[in-house]
Amino acid sequence: MTSHHHRPESEIALRVKAIESLLVEKGIVDPAALDAIIDTYEHKVGPHIGAQIVAKAWTDPEYKQRLLADGTSAISELGLTGFSSEHMVVVENTPEVHNLIVCTLCSCYPWAILGLPPTWYKSFSYRSRAVIEPRNVLQEFGLEISDQVEVRIWDSNADLRYLVLPERPHGAEGWSEENLAALVTRNAMIGTAKVQLPAAPVAA
Amino acid sequence: MNGPHDLGGMHGMGPIPIEEDEPVFHSEWEAKVFAMSFATFINYFPVDETRHASERMPPGEYLSSSYYERWLYALELLLAEHNLLTPDEIESRIAELT
Repeated sequence: MTSHHHRPESEIALRVKAIESLLVEKGIVDPAALDAIIDTYEHKVGPHIGAQIVAKAWTDPEYKQRLLADGTSAISELGLTGFSSEHMVVVENTPEVHNLIVCTLCSCYPWAILGLPPTWYKSFSYRSRAVIEPRNVLQEFGLEISDQVEVRIWDSNADLRYLVLPERPHGAEGWSEENLAALVTRNAMIGTAKVQLPAAPVAA
Repeated sequence: MNGPHDLGGMHGMGPIPIEEDEPVFHSEWEAKVFAMSFATFINYFPVDETRHASERMPPGEYLSSSYYERWLYALELLLAEHNLLTPDEIESRIAELT
């Protein structure tokens, strides 16, 4: 975890239960709505949505141009715009440039496209260090970025969120959009990983 | 506003806590805090106000709390400020449930 809890878990759980029971009694929240919200973020939205956008850009050069020129419109074109992802900028990784996304102030992240952010993205260490020593941070993810490659950091905010368009891996030429999408990981779309081919060959 | 949340470039925060196959929520209370915050900031106050509320957490507490503990702090603060739920009501209910 990012930081230790200064209160025991059981105490926090009880407090949350008390607040929930009061809000339900007062009609401020509907228990079914709470379940639906949790189900949406646990099971429906997630990196598979961003992966569709990436695979589309890899297989459709005109779409890729539109995506890089105006991420918001191009994502909306696929019907994938959603809460917390209303204004999007897509940045492309190339052999010369590696992009990395952070939110130094809190945890801004394109929820509708990648789901809720992982703990590391919200951690004090990632938020503080990504902007000052990105290459060391990337090493902790097992990613060595050559000194020849420029590293660009994008600090997200409440109104503007970013998505990395990773490099298409060599060896995936001629793959279908669906098979390509299956290769694209969450971390690759934040910039803390590259897209890799699976160890064992997969039929395209 | 300057504050403990303005972490960019700060030293000394240690290694990145990378967790393999991390669940979306680590406990039921985290999921409930998220859902209650989401439900209220859709209907009662904007999401920006929620973030600002967590930034008003005292710095020492901010830096020693987990992510969803900060959300819980913001939720309680805004429920009180918007006259939806008082701190006394919460404490009484906790006493009843204990």
